[in-house]
Amino acid sequence: MDGTVAVIGGGSTGTGIARDLAMRGFDVTLVEKGNLTHGTTGRMHGLLHSGGRYAVSDRSSARECIEENRVLREIATHCVEMTGGLFVQKEGDADEYFEEKLEGCRECDIPAEVVSGEEARAIEPYLAKDVKRAIRVPDGAIDPFRLCVANAASAIEHGARVETHAKVTDVLVEDGAVVGIEVEHESGPGKRVHRKPGTVEEIRADYVVNATGAWAGRVGAMAGVDVEVRPSKGVMVVMNTRQVDTVVNRCRPKGDADIIVPHETAAILGTTDEEVEDPEDYPEEGWEVDLMIDTLSELVPILQEARTIRSFWGVRPLYEPPGTGTTDPTDITRDFFLLDHDERDDLPGMTSIVGGKFTTYRLMAEKISDHVCEQFGVEAECRTADEPLPGSEDIGNLDEYMDEFGLRSPIAKRSTKRLGSFSPQVLGGSDPNPVVCTCEAVTSAEIDKAIDESGTDLNAVRLRTRASMGNCQGAFCCQGMASQLHPTYDEPTVRDAYDELYQERWKGERHGLWGEQLSQAALKYALHATTLNRDRDPAARESDLDFAAFDDGRTATNAGTDVSRSERETAADGGRRPTSPNGDSDGDS
Amino acid sequence: MAIREDVLVVGGGLAGMSAALSAAETGATVRLLSHKKSTLRHASGLVDCLGYSGDDGPFADPYAAMDDLPDDHPYRIVGESAVREGFDRFDSVVGDSYRGGHTDVNALIPTQAGTIKPTARYPASMAAGLASDTRSTLLVGFEGLSDFDAPLAADRLAAAGVPFDVRGVTLRFPKKFRADAKLTRYARALDRDEEPDKDRAPRFDGVRRALAELVRPKLDGAERVGFPSLIGDDRNDEVRDDLEERLGVPAFELAASPPSLPGVRLESRFLAALDEAGVRRTTGNPVVDYESADGAITTVYTDNNGQRVPYGADQVVLATGGLVGKGIGSSRESVREPVFDCHIPHPEDRYDWSATDAFGDQPFARFGVVPDDDLRPLDAAGETEFSNLRAAGSVLGGADFAAQKCGSGVSLATGHVAGERAGALI
Repeated sequence: MDGTVAVIGGGSTGTGIARDLAMRGFDVTLVEKGNLTHGTTGRMHGLLHSGGRYAVSDRSSARECIEENRVLREIATHCVEMTGGLFVQKEGDADEYFEEKLEGCRECDIPAEVVSGEEARAIEPYLAKDVKRAIRVPDGAIDPFRLCVANAASAIEHGARVETHAKVTDVLVEDGAVVGIEVEHESGPGKRVHRKPGTVEEIRADYVVNATGAWAGRVGAMAGVDVEVRPSKGVMVVMNTRQVDTVVNRCRPKGDADIIVPHETAAILGTTDEEVEDPEDYPEEGWEVDLMIDTLSELVPILQEARTIRSFWGVRPLYEPPGTGTTDPTDITRDFFLLDHDERDDLPGMTSIVGGKFTTYRLMAEKISDHVCEQFGVEAECRTADEPLPGSEDIGNLDEYMDEFGLRSPIAKRSTKRLGSFSPQVLGGSDPNPVVCTCEAVTSAEIDKAIDESGTDLNAVRLRTRASMGNCQGAFCCQGMASQLHPTYDEPTVRDAYDELYQERWKGERHGLWGEQLSQAALKYALHATTLNRDRDPAARESDLDFAAFDDGRTATNAGTDVSRSERETAADGGRRPTSPNGDSDGDS
Repeated sequence: MAIREDVLVVGGGLAGMSAALSAAETGATVRLLSHKKSTLRHASGLVDCLGYSGDDGPFADPYAAMDDLPDDHPYRIVGESAVREGFDRFDSVVGDSYRGGHTDVNALIPTQAGTIKPTARYPASMAAGLASDTRSTLLVGFEGLSDFDAPLAADRLAAAGVPFDVRGVTLRFPKKFRADAKLTRYARALDRDEEPDKDRAPRFDGVRRALAELVRPKLDGAERVGFPSLIGDDRNDEVRDDLEERLGVPAFELAASPPSLPGVRLESRFLAALDEAGVRRTTGNPVVDYESADGAITTVYTDNNGQRVPYGADQVVLATGGLVGKGIGSSRESVREPVFDCHIPHPEDRYDWSATDAFGDQPFARFGVVPDDDLRPLDAAGETEFSNLRAAGSVLGGADFAAQKCGSGVSLATGHVAGERAGALI
């Protein structure tokens, strides 16, 4: 073993680094305070950049993007959907900018083709009638969670330890050097399990990598160094269907609300760019949601009438070297920076990585892993651009497995796409294998696998499988998902896990509550409150219920004696009986 | 020329059907217009009166708790006697197929989630499962039914402190269905007593007997046995009797979320009663427009594949449901009643329509038209919208049906009052 490294942060960068270092022979521990992707990675629109977006303003980023785009198509097939993308010019949008964009793409080796307005509408029939022309580029969609899980799985295969729900509470500094971290495990080390008590652990390490993005300043502060990240928030609005099947960008200089990314069954509208003080506590406002719908419906008019299922906000970890003094966050570079705290702050043993983009996460991980290798004098080569991620190994034609798994076609298609090369293993041994989440076609076998990996954390199960992320937002499947925790976990633990998932779903739903979705939310509320009494669950009461005060199916006159069904029927036929003696109690006494 | 009726009821749920029956009883001619299948199909089939109010409850006696409801609650508007009359009508429609009419006291019904909920009337198929009945209980679930986990539900009931021993067991249904078969498929197999699969039940030629033989060794002294709501559909009573006879203990169904066979069965009972009462029914087309004169509705138009069909009436009852049934609509800016554009008060900021806690006090749940003492919707200025329009059921504001467990009762009571008054004016 070449050395021990603690990586802080379970986003794309952190899991990418953990994988790379583990593959190069380091003894790696990755810690993440929430679920994998808890921070920025889990709160973006999942665009796999072609680089076209940066082809005018930031050509070195654009070149990196197209290179990494090609790499991820190879190594992460089960996470990527190559939808293609369009940079759309409307009447009135500047011709000069369109030409600059085209030239930039060509300069950066991004395949780019101009299509007429008519051709663009043939590709995307819902585009506005006044779309003049468009540039077609190889943009795609990528599932950030699936990608991080695959990176973490690969790291584990190479001997790494991955701890989620492990919050760093201190960076250990001894004799002027970083020697490790202290973490608080929410429910002890290993999988997160509700009701299991937390523990504190000191993780000694030869080197610490701070890959916490917008939170990098906080971890820096624990070590006594300044890392001035500038968190910038952006809103994303989830639509109920794919109004577009390719990524649609507005072809004009930077602006809010200029991209639509199709994702599995949904389309995601984005976004804004507004600096905030605190990456965890910032306002989420209705006008931001309205802005997305109103502005993007200029490109795709049906968005005005379409159904919004929820909204979420993410925070970019923007960084610029001290002294640059940029005031507008949209002007801050999307480049990444590697801050070696030995060189910078005379604190050996730790490096922070800040800035950067999701699409280039692997390259960032490679660079920082190279840097760590240098510290240790290790010569191992980076192999992450060549070796497929777990789930993306080539196993031939997945369609052939569909019959074998006993799944009907649309469900099998969705499952095998999500699972990739895990499909035979997950779907093969399960009978019966009912669909638990109908909206997203998630079967019980997939949920079992996710529970295996993530304990009682149903939000982690949700992110792994997409169960409860469809139109009904868990109205019909929360119960089934939670049930699968039993009997491995006991009833109160299952209840806590269920409650957490239910509340999490509601939180994002609130931003889209009008029209169809308000109606859907009212149905969800009715099912869970009216039918199942989840809102006043007697099991959650402090005091005992006075069961004897309620109807026990017998009449007041013969209560207390055991009567057969036929006798009770006779009584029931006899018309209304007087109120039982305890009838005035409300049961709380 | 419009199709004319004395009373026109718009909406085919519990409230609309009750209104139509009450109106017909006065001797008026009645037509009921319904667009889609009613939300009864999504409902559990339980008929609630009042279970909770604010932090209080569950109430054993719902009537005793009505005085403490807020002034704008529909129960306060129509009064306790109207609620009783609404339930009397319900009892006469459903006859022996429902229980609970022998007492004013609420029953506590176990659900598939392992919770228990207070309700006033329950299908006969659930009668043996009451939580105040102290007999020991076995719950039976089936592999592949992801909505229901019997051992988990049993543990949950125990956690609620029910006064009986309860266990759960998961069995393989004696006939194999497609992995994602719906409850209705199981119910149909039991209705028809289909042949079981030989590898699951080699010795029996009907699924009912095969099921009983599977359950019997698991009873272990249990004095009653609960199933998900799939113990037959059309022949629910027969299947249950058959199982009870073979098992020697009472069998019951647990209340459940959709698809809800008890809800569908309840709808059928009411439809039969409507036919018997001579109510004319037109289904499948939405009401899209109306005409009025001198502050009264004269004609209502449905859209029949692009063709406008007029219906004339002297009195009109609006029973189109709430947000779920689309009797209340909304946009990013406002909340409205889409048929007659009646006023619905609501906060200006849509973030004030809901509460942050999923089960908090949800303002949207109380959205609805504001009626006068005669159930006539009022406009923003407090004037009646139309002199001959009354509202009933979930389109009325002021009640949180889900939190208070009062939806069916409000529908029965206000439907009865609206229908009776409309009919009496003819």
